[in-house]
Amino acid sequence: MNPQRETKAINELGKTPQELLIALAGNPNSGKTTFFNQLTGAHQHVGNWPGVTVERKEGTVDILGVRFRIVDLPGIYSLSAYSQEEMIARDFLISGGVDVVVNVVDAANLERNLYLTMQLLELGVPLVIALNMIDEAEKRGQHIDTAKMSRLLGVPVVPTQARAGIGTDRVLAEALELVRQPRKSRPHATRYHPTIEAEITRLEKTLRTAADCPLPSRWLIVKSLEGDEDALNRLAVWAEDGEAARASIESTRRHLETHLGESLETVIADSRYGFIEGLLREVVRFKKAREAITITDRIDAVVLHPWLGIPIFLALVLLTFELTFGLGGLVSGAIEEAVSTLAAHLRAVLPDTPLRSLLLEGVIPGVGGVVVFLPNICILFAAISFLESSGYMARAAFLMDRLMHAMGLHGKSFIPMLMGFGCNVPAIMATRTLESFEDRVLTIMVLPLMSCSARLPIYILFTGVFFGRRAALVIFSLYALGIILAVLSGKLLRRVFFAETSSAFVMELPPYRLPTLKGTALDVWERAWIFLSKAGTVILAASVVVWALGSLPWGVPFGSEQSLAGKLGKLLEPLVAPLGLDWRAAVALLFGIAAKEIVVSTLGILYSAPSHAAERLSTADAVARSFTPLTAYAFMAVSLIYVPCAATIAAIKRETNSWKWTAFTVCYTVCLAYVVGLVIYQVGRVLGVG
Amino acid sequence: MRQDSSSDIPAPGDRGWRHGLRRGRQPWRPGLRSLSDLEPGESAVVADVCCRGRLGERLLEMGLTPGTQVEVVRHAPFGGPIEVRVRGYLLLLRRCEAENILVESAA
Repeated sequence: MNPQRETKAINELGKTPQELLIALAGNPNSGKTTFFNQLTGAHQHVGNWPGVTVERKEGTVDILGVRFRIVDLPGIYSLSAYSQEEMIARDFLISGGVDVVVNVVDAANLERNLYLTMQLLELGVPLVIALNMIDEAEKRGQHIDTAKMSRLLGVPVVPTQARAGIGTDRVLAEALELVRQPRKSRPHATRYHPTIEAEITRLEKTLRTAADCPLPSRWLIVKSLEGDEDALNRLAVWAEDGEAARASIESTRRHLETHLGESLETVIADSRYGFIEGLLREVVRFKKAREAITITDRIDAVVLHPWLGIPIFLALVLLTFELTFGLGGLVSGAIEEAVSTLAAHLRAVLPDTPLRSLLLEGVIPGVGGVVVFLPNICILFAAISFLESSGYMARAAFLMDRLMHAMGLHGKSFIPMLMGFGCNVPAIMATRTLESFEDRVLTIMVLPLMSCSARLPIYILFTGVFFGRRAALVIFSLYALGIILAVLSGKLLRRVFFAETSSAFVMELPPYRLPTLKGTALDVWERAWIFLSKAGTVILAASVVVWALGSLPWGVPFGSEQSLAGKLGKLLEPLVAPLGLDWRAAVALLFGIAAKEIVVSTLGILYSAPSHAAERLSTADAVARSFTPLTAYAFMAVSLIYVPCAATIAAIKRETNSWKWTAFTVCYTVCLAYVVGLVIYQVGRVLGVG
Repeated sequence: MRQDSSSDIPAPGDRGWRHGLRRGRQPWRPGLRSLSDLEPGESAVVADVCCRGRLGERLLEMGLTPGTQVEVVRHAPFGGPIEVRVRGYLLLLRRCEAENILVESAA
């Protein structure tokens, strides 16, 4: 949705407040999402902001005779326009379409949380402050005088406990009141150093922004002086003379910096924090001395212990893994059973028609093969949601950042990467915990190199045939190959795409909090739904395509040389010949795009199909005749690296929200697989192996 | 590892130094150290943030303005990030980022 268009819709409604658009703004970990969940419950839907990967959560509440449309903005620390999240939140806030901004503030961490509040006050938007987790502040012995705070800031301040649902409705009531009587609110913005104030007043007079400029000129000037490119561009658009505006901002900036002997960013940030410190002295009373050691400190003393930290982390990951693929595997097994019972039943009942073939050879193995992962996905996301909302994920990032940074990734990339060994799809979905777009895209691009469990049957088949007692070692070498390639790719792709934006690791370590059941349930439900609807439709389409290729023209044996797939394989043969592979291998790899498990079953069909001899070979025997240890290894390496499966491609598209990155990942992995396969086969041949 | 950091201790010739000069201040005084040099448990006061752009602004936003008291809580193993207590909350940052923050002993 275009904010501008939304603006119009709201302005028309504005006269009769039947519907109000409320934006929730606040720092990460301020309890904003809990607040949102509490208000909207199940009446919410998750989408993406136009053109970007950032999640957009919107929901509705009907109370007080008004419909409140609530948009949960991404968690931000300020209104600087550096990251995508900040840009989105800011664009939405300054679009003019929002009736009231609700600033959710963590009462137990007021000082830093109020920094954003200061900027919102400066922006002059209709504002209600929700002092969230007020109970936590009380527990720490801080008493906050909300009435006084409201008076000093010039906006309503409501104490809330979103987790228990206390005060959330009052926030909406205040918001409604603010719309009915806009003059009740007169936000008090930060006053800067007198010299800066004098310059701001002078600039306001000389630049003369157009009367219909939707933004306060003071805000534009302050942001421009802070060095904000986006604000400067806007100022240049709305000022009488754009070029003159740029020049005078630049000269004022230089003049002020020389005069004050500090960078303007520092002075301005310092003034805001100075204002906050003054405010807190007025409104916060300490009933008892600050607790020296909190529960969080006590847990962290163990969990982040120099020697114990990493083992504890690995144990937790192992537990998550065990739950996801062990416990989940049990349920998956049941589903698998049900699917094969269904298939057997259909086989017996249906007459031999194309429909039967489509169902039995296309849809059921394809879609069934994906639905089987649903329990794993649900368990994994319950675990991730728990780790994330309890505050542990930030600790994991702290512990693993050293290792991941060396790969050009972020500490939070570690968990998705590890999950990738189980299944790439939930792993890619798990990259949501990464805040920056660059880190997410990079992690997603290297993730398919983590050898997922669906590739294991291929290794088991080939190593069993060719490597005998050294099978485990060979399989290990493939996993290692994947990891090495991921490390190299991470470094390479970071350098190629995001060289100038070396992402910062400046993040808050939130106190431990018990996750809410509601929040976890909503998280799991949301992921499960995305998985079923998106990956399910793509998988269905892919399985139909594979089936059609294998069985057309009608009448030929499925996947034989005469089928379209066979012809395609023959076409690809010259391409894969330098890798020591034949057309059957090419077809198997092609079909493997639908799901990597299909590689083995396709090999089975193609190689055991008795073209001249009457005897039907087992897959293993057939493979033993057609491959050498060297080509087998090249084939396994190629299977490991080339195109992630259709479900993974769908997940990449969904999570990057970009066909460009999806296509790039596909091309990159295919090329990489080809090069690695070529090197293995050709070098092996020169060395006389196999 | 250090591509985005300007310096650990500003020395003539590197960015931190020139930045300080441009602003007409002497960046180096006795007793000035970088935040990354503090041992766990040590407290200090922020003297200056020696970098501009995104990182500099982010550090300021997170409350590391000059005059703010900081305490290093712990270091991550193997030279990983450091954990700092500032303005009543806990902040994580990489060593190379902490190098941009000059601190002096609490008065």
